[in-house]
Amino acid sequence: MTAIQVENLTKRFNGFVAVDNISFSINSSEIFGLLGPNGAGKSTTMAMLSTMLKPTSGSASVNNFDILKNEDDVRKSIGIVFQDPSLDEELTAYENMDFHGRLYRVPKKIRQKNIIELLKLVELEKRKDNLVKTFSGGMRRRLEIARGLLHEPRVLFLDEPTLGLDSQTRNLLWEYIEKLSKEKGITIILTTHYMEEADRLCDRVAIIDQGKIIALDTPEKLKEGIGGDVITIKSPDCDRLYSKINTLPWVTYAEPHNGSVTISLQNAEKHVAEIVNLASGDGIAIDSISIHEPTLEDVFLHFTGRAIRDEKSSSKDHIRMMRSVRRR
Amino acid sequence: MDIVYTIWLRNMTRYLRSKSRIVGSLGMPLFFLVVLGFGLNSTVSIPGMGQGYIGFIIPGIISMSVLFTSVFSGIQIIWDKQFGFLKETLVAPVSRLEIMLGQTFGGATSAVLQGLIILVLSLFIGLKITSVSGFLIAFAFMLLIGLSFTAFGIAIASRMEDMQGFQLIINFVIFPIFGLSGALFPIDRLPSWMKVLTLLDPLTYGVEGIRYGLSGTSQIHPVFSFAVLTGFTVFIVVMGAYLFRKINV
Repeated sequence: MTAIQVENLTKRFNGFVAVDNISFSINSSEIFGLLGPNGAGKSTTMAMLSTMLKPTSGSASVNNFDILKNEDDVRKSIGIVFQDPSLDEELTAYENMDFHGRLYRVPKKIRQKNIIELLKLVELEKRKDNLVKTFSGGMRRRLEIARGLLHEPRVLFLDEPTLGLDSQTRNLLWEYIEKLSKEKGITIILTTHYMEEADRLCDRVAIIDQGKIIALDTPEKLKEGIGGDVITIKSPDCDRLYSKINTLPWVTYAEPHNGSVTISLQNAEKHVAEIVNLASGDGIAIDSISIHEPTLEDVFLHFTGRAIRDEKSSSKDHIRMMRSVRRR
Repeated sequence: MDIVYTIWLRNMTRYLRSKSRIVGSLGMPLFFLVVLGFGLNSTVSIPGMGQGYIGFIIPGIISMSVLFTSVFSGIQIIWDKQFGFLKETLVAPVSRLEIMLGQTFGGATSAVLQGLIILVLSLFIGLKITSVSGFLIAFAFMLLIGLSFTAFGIAIASRMEDMQGFQLIINFVIFPIFGLSGALFPIDRLPSWMKVLTLLDPLTYGVEGIRYGLSGTSQIHPVFSFAVLTGFTVFIVVMGAYLFRKINV
C-alpha cells in the first residue's frame, strides 16, 4: 500500500529552484525521513504535500488524494506538526486540542474521548487544564503531536520535530514517535537535519540536497553503500594529506572538508598505522584520528562532498533556537 | 456555521481570560469621558442637547471603545501569524471565509461588550436610558461598528507582515477615524471642508446612530445612518474576506 506518491515535483520561487524534480513513494505505516541541511528543500516538499503550497510542476498524491485536485480530502487525512510552534498560548492544552477537533469536525463524543487518550499517550493528561504558556518546549512539542493525531489521520507530517530541544527531551520524543508508529500503525514522514534522528527513527531515508534527492534507502543500506569503515583525520594541513591519501590503492573514497579528511576503506585498523607513517614521513601534522562505522553523516559527505554540520544555520533557525531556549 | 462558531468561541475564551486587557482598554475611553466630559461640561453647551456636554459625548466614547477594541481584535491575526497559530487554522480542511467570519464575529462581540461596559458606567454619570427601543437601536449601531471595524482590522492585518506598522495604523488611521467622527463635537457647524471629511467617515454614522438611540436626537437621520453603516459593513467584510483569502503564512 502506498501512502504518498510523488512524481517530478518541482517548486520555484522567483527563479530559485527550492525543490527540483523529485520523485519518491512512501509505503503505509512506514517512518520515512527527509534528511538534509537547512534550505535543502525539505520543508518546501512538506508544504506542498500538505497543500499549503502549490507546486510549480509535477504531481503528488497523499492517501490516494491528489494534492491539487482534492485539497480538502488531503487535509482531512493528514496531521501536521509544524517546524515552528503553532499553539495558542493563552488556551489550555485541552482547549487547544478541542479547538483542533472542532476545526476538523470530529464529533463531540469521539473528540472528548480521543483528547484524553492522546493526552495520556504523550503524558500531558495531568496538565490538560494548564495554559500552554506555562509549558516547556518539549511539552509543547508533545502536545502538538497529540493534536496532530486527534482527527485520526493516516499520515502524520513531522517537520523538524526535535529542533531546538535538548538531547534528553529529544530522546523522549523519539520514544513517543516510535510508540505511535507501532501502536497506531500510521505513516510518518519527517524532515530533519539531525543524522541520529533519521538513523534512529526512519525505516527509509531520502537524503536531499539543493532540492534534489541524492540517495534513498534504509539507513543500513545507505551506510553499507559507502563500504567498510570510516577514518576521520583532523589536520592543519589537510589538503596535502588528502592528495597523499587519495592515491593509495586501498582507499575507496576520500574527501577533505573543513580541516579534516574523511576516508572510506575496508579494515581501517590495519591501515591507520600506515597513514600515520606516511604523514609523519612528509612532515604533515595530525591533530586527531578517529575510526568509526559509517554514519549517515558520512553518507551525506560521500554524496555531496560536504558535511551537514558544516552548513551555517540560518538566522531564522537561530532565532527559533533562541525562542525555544528562552521558553525553558 | 460550526467552524465560524469554533473561531468565535476561541476569541471569546481569550477575551474573557484577559481580564487585564478588558480593564486596560477601558482606560482611555474613561479618561476621555471624565476629563473631557467634566472638563468641558460647564463651558460647552450644545444647542438641542438636553444633557449637557457629558451627555453629548457618551455615545461618542461608547463608539470609541467599540472602535478600538474591534480594530485590535482584527489586527490580532498578526499575532496569530507570528506565534504560528494561524497556520494551524489555515491548514485545516475549512474555508478561509469561515475563519474570517468567525474572527469578525468574535472581535465584534468583544467590542460590543467593551462598549456595553462603558454604557453601564455612563449610567453613573448622568446617562439615562429612556426606552428599550432606544437601547436596542444603540445596540444595533454598536454591533455594526464592531463588525465593520473588526473586518477592517483583518483587512489591514492581511496585508501586514508584522507589528511594525501597528503604531502607524493607530496614529494615522484609527485616531483620525475617531477624531473626525463627531464623537466629541457636533458636526453641523463645522467648516465645510471638515464637514465633508466627517461625512466621509463611516464612524460618524455609528456615533450618530448610537446618539439617536440614547438621547433621542441626532444630526443625521437614523435611517440614513443605518443605511450608510450597513453598506459600509457589508463592503468592508467582503473586502476583508477577499484580502484574508490571500494571506500568506
